[in-house]
Amino acid sequence: MTPRGGTQKTSFNVNGTPHDLDLDTRTTLLDALREHLHLTGTKKGCDHGQCGACTVLIGGRRIVSCLTLAVMHEGDDITTIEGLGRPDALHPMQAAFVERDGFQCGYCTSGQICSAIGMLREARAGWPSHVTEDVAAPTIDLTDEELRERMSGNLCRCAAYPNIIAAIRDASGGDGA
Amino acid sequence: MKAFTYERATDLRAAVAAAAAPGAKFISGGTNLLDLMKLEIEQPTHLVDISRLPLQRIEAVGEGLRIGAQADNATVAADDRVRARYPLLSQALLAGASAQLRNMASIGGNLLQRTRCTYFYDPSTPCNKRTPGAGCSALGGLNRSHAILGASPSCIATHPSDMAVALVALDARLELLGASGTTREIALRDFHLLPETTPHIETVLLPGEMITAVVLPPPPSGRHRYRKVRDRASYEFALVSVAAILSVTGSKIEGARIAFGGVAHKPWRSLEAEAVLHGRPATLDTYQAAADAALAQAVGRGHNDFKIELARRALVATLVELGGAS
Amino acid sequence: MIGKPLNRIDGPLKVTGRAVYTSEEWGVGQPLYGVMVEATIGRGRITRLDTSRAEAAPGVRGVITHRNAPRQQPPDPSASTYSRALPVLTGPEIHYFAEPIALVVATTFEQARAAARLVEVAYDVIEGRYDLAARADQTFSPKDIRGWWPTDSIIGDFDAELGKAPHQIDVTYTVPYELSLPMEPHCCLAVWKRDAVTVYTSTQIVSEARARIAATFGLSLDNVRVVARFIGGGFGSKLAVHAETMLAVIAARQLRQPVKVVATRQQVFHLAGHRPASIQRMRLGAAPDGRLIAFGHDTTQKACPTSDYIEQIGVTGRALYAAPFRRTTHRAVELDLPPAEDVRAPGEAPGLLAIECGMDELAYALDMDPVDLRLTNEPATHPESGLPFSDRHLVECLREGAKQFGWDRRPQRPATLREGRWLTGYGMAAAIRPHFQAASSAEVQLHPDGTATVRADMTDIGTGSYTILAQVASEALGIPVERVRVELGDSAFPAGAGSGGSWGATNSCSALSRACDALRDQVLAAVPDADRSAPGGLVELVAKHFPAGASATGSIPDMDKEPSFAAYSLASYGAHFVELQVDADTGEIRLRRMLGVFDAGRIFNAKTARSQLIGGMIWGVSNALFEEGSIDTRTGAFMNRDFAQYLMPVHADIPAIEAVILDGFDTRANVLGGKGIGELGICGSGAAVANAVYNATGIRVRDFPITLEKLLPHLPSQ
Repeated sequence: MTPRGGTQKTSFNVNGTPHDLDLDTRTTLLDALREHLHLTGTKKGCDHGQCGACTVLIGGRRIVSCLTLAVMHEGDDITTIEGLGRPDALHPMQAAFVERDGFQCGYCTSGQICSAIGMLREARAGWPSHVTEDVAAPTIDLTDEELRERMSGNLCRCAAYPNIIAAIRDASGGDGA
Repeated sequence: MKAFTYERATDLRAAVAAAAAPGAKFISGGTNLLDLMKLEIEQPTHLVDISRLPLQRIEAVGEGLRIGAQADNATVAADDRVRARYPLLSQALLAGASAQLRNMASIGGNLLQRTRCTYFYDPSTPCNKRTPGAGCSALGGLNRSHAILGASPSCIATHPSDMAVALVALDARLELLGASGTTREIALRDFHLLPETTPHIETVLLPGEMITAVVLPPPPSGRHRYRKVRDRASYEFALVSVAAILSVTGSKIEGARIAFGGVAHKPWRSLEAEAVLHGRPATLDTYQAAADAALAQAVGRGHNDFKIELARRALVATLVELGGAS
Repeated sequence: MIGKPLNRIDGPLKVTGRAVYTSEEWGVGQPLYGVMVEATIGRGRITRLDTSRAEAAPGVRGVITHRNAPRQQPPDPSASTYSRALPVLTGPEIHYFAEPIALVVATTFEQARAAARLVEVAYDVIEGRYDLAARADQTFSPKDIRGWWPTDSIIGDFDAELGKAPHQIDVTYTVPYELSLPMEPHCCLAVWKRDAVTVYTSTQIVSEARARIAATFGLSLDNVRVVARFIGGGFGSKLAVHAETMLAVIAARQLRQPVKVVATRQQVFHLAGHRPASIQRMRLGAAPDGRLIAFGHDTTQKACPTSDYIEQIGVTGRALYAAPFRRTTHRAVELDLPPAEDVRAPGEAPGLLAIECGMDELAYALDMDPVDLRLTNEPATHPESGLPFSDRHLVECLREGAKQFGWDRRPQRPATLREGRWLTGYGMAAAIRPHFQAASSAEVQLHPDGTATVRADMTDIGTGSYTILAQVASEALGIPVERVRVELGDSAFPAGAGSGGSWGATNSCSALSRACDALRDQVLAAVPDADRSAPGGLVELVAKHFPAGASATGSIPDMDKEPSFAAYSLASYGAHFVELQVDADTGEIRLRRMLGVFDAGRIFNAKTARSQLIGGMIWGVSNALFEEGSIDTRTGAFMNRDFAQYLMPVHADIPAIEAVILDGFDTRANVLGGKGIGELGICGSGAAVANAVYNATGIRVRDFPITLEKLLPHLPSQ
């Protein structure tokens, strides 16, 4: 039996750079980033959407890159941790994570930061959360309880949680995104 | 993950025709399908990507709302009309998964997600869903999360969706498009099946048939509450959830909608509980009678015995919150 | 500079995704991808193994099984647990569920993963032993336990004196299997060049990984280089390297190309060790004033035929409270499960759950403040050895914590504080964690341009090693910390004991401190007398007299060669305070606030130390409320083997948590005065949570984790 499948051409932008790839259709966006584009800042913690370490932004919205195929992203604008800032020119969220010690081993950190940036955008759009008392209220009071609920898709085994929330709180004061 | 071919659908009719072929499947958010494909529990040979079909619109239809099946969970939860008129649905959506997954998952896909039974997810164990006739490992196994209502000796898995629980309480209907281009509409309540002897057949969908929209009738009057009980405070499937709408005038219950999640192979509408509540005074006794009625047929399988009492207490607490207890 | 709350110097690399973790090294060229195939039975024998379909699959370069694996050396039981050989694919016997039986290597990850599913296996299944509770009476008395402590310690006629005590507690706690589960799965990238292999592997102890690889394949140490510059967490599970590393090394040699093997999250559950489940009987006898007369802690845990690991669960209580009559024991039950390994705070984490809950039970039985009960039983010297304490401030931790937390506001009677649907409770527990030392070395170079380079095979698993080593060098050499470059995680650098046992910071920093001293001595000895007091200090002298720079190596010995470890009882201490709420309807438990006060001698970096302590405290919360590796006792498999089913806290579970560190300097610990903190935070914190649940509800759950179904039958009626 001849195996079906094979490769398929896909084009998308990562951090502003266009990429034309010819990938096995089975390649997840996460594996495309890590193994083909060598953008290893995006991490694989579980490969099943259960930890958030692979969080990236697509058109500004946060998603987990392990549960989506690269071929599904034709024409998309993808932002990874590498596109947010450099060690000598940190994004405000990255700087806040350093200042507040919002990480230890660093393996969930890219996902936490991308997720935090996507989260602030959602909050600015007035999206409610599970802990919002009145989901119909037009604006969101972004309390620590709200931040925690909204960030709960990002596990941290070092348990830097209080520091991560402190960092996001700091960064959300300014232009967090 | 087995090899497959991939096509991005640009046309509805072509999509359903393509998906009717043996081995073909729709993919949209991918959050459950790819999860299962990595474990080879799902083995499609052809994927039809319907995520970019023009089925994202949320629009008023009369006094109700029509939600395109390709709208994502986050957008629906944040929609002003949903938040104002169907807060139960917003609450249920927001109680599910994580923000990232809600940004990806479609409404149609949410309804079609498969059980998180630990044995279903482990191909090394017998499972009637994966291999009809193989047996159910959860019977006599680790079954803390399993069904207490409507289960069978073939399968005690639960349906994992929060959203579907709210939708079934809201009397949602589904618009379906068949492989030959014919459309039909059915009540969500009739969409998911109980396991009986065929737990591998989970819905009434025909090969190639696609959910194109969820239609919400005008919301029933009353206060809405989706209460999800779980171990951790977020990002976990429900042990038990309750979707309740309660309308009380004076101290009399004028109307009630009750559904449970995490307890059965499908989102579990409890007409029995609603019948008890209707017309009765809004008191603790009434709520407890409703809970008794809702769970009269419940059966535990060992580790999940507690869910009977948990569902009972969760329902009573939710009704007290909504209707008070004079 | 030492002690300052400096930001992590590797922080900018980590927050920008530029820190290169083990399997992400692209400088070696394109690797092949290996995917492990695991046994799907708990015990038995492979009767048929057909790899032909896998070998014929697209992109497959090789399938390694016991039939074509190279000969490997058997483990030498006299070698340390983590450095002894770990032969893989040794034969058709299956000793535990998910034991690796093959590695499928292909050009792409997708090809390897698909082909791995094509390996066809049939087994003769042998009925295995998988249920600890059912076999709890079939114990043996282990010869050795972790840390080489005595298996049993019995002082006086414990039973008789307990029987005579006016107040007695006799309760049994059970603690489930727990797993480390760092966010980075265990992984390896192996690269051969002629007869030498470079192994990029995610390990806490580079020297142990190197020794294990060399021992397994009969290689000389010179032919094995281990690199681990950034490690995505360890928590004990990366003290050793596992099958993923051995298989990558084998495959890379056979296929003459770099091979990368990354365990799936599901595989990690059986591949890396777990904390053995335990049954712990606490017996306490006390006088009416709370003075302990008898202290008894009898522990039974899971063991297995493939490992001699016995967790030191009963050791913690030997050093904590005064009591004239004492009994602490270790027994084990052999089961056909994967080998256990250290999980953060081995011994203390499970042991203190029972001890500190037992003490809480005694406090209520005596109608005594749980803090006072502990203060009453503070020993003057080590309760068993009689050794003086090097520096012990447990009392200050208890008092300061009670004050800062507002412990006096606690409900004195359980189940008496209700706010709406919430039952509110307060709980506390003490913390203790022994301090250790192991031979370590470090090298420092001071360059003529005034910069310095520090090198050691020490690892930074999130602990802050890079940063604190820079702080030590900065202070010792008198240069700004920005001028110190720290290079770690490479066996080409001076060897040490790595990260584990809470000793990494003190070992490596002490060695570096000595290296800096040696460098200073060397420079001063070489320069003219007139120059020695130059205003520019060491930097100026090196610039002037050492055109190639100066370098020195420093080292410290194992603790058995340090007199203070024989003369004193060395440990870190702490106290935890918790407020939480329990939903009166459903039994859902939600933490409200938590405070830990700690005494660990001198702190090297106040910021990273606080973070690590808070992280440990949250681990305790997790042990109390969430974590449990669930074995299907029919098959011996951990069934909840992913992050959706094996629960650990998410952001929403963790409110404000604070860690306060007392100023200190333990002169007997080491030249820098510091002691370990990596595991201190978890010690006792779970018990504080459990005790708060009792205070909130009046329900004493003795079977961890405390999940809602254990509260439900006892909650108030609606």
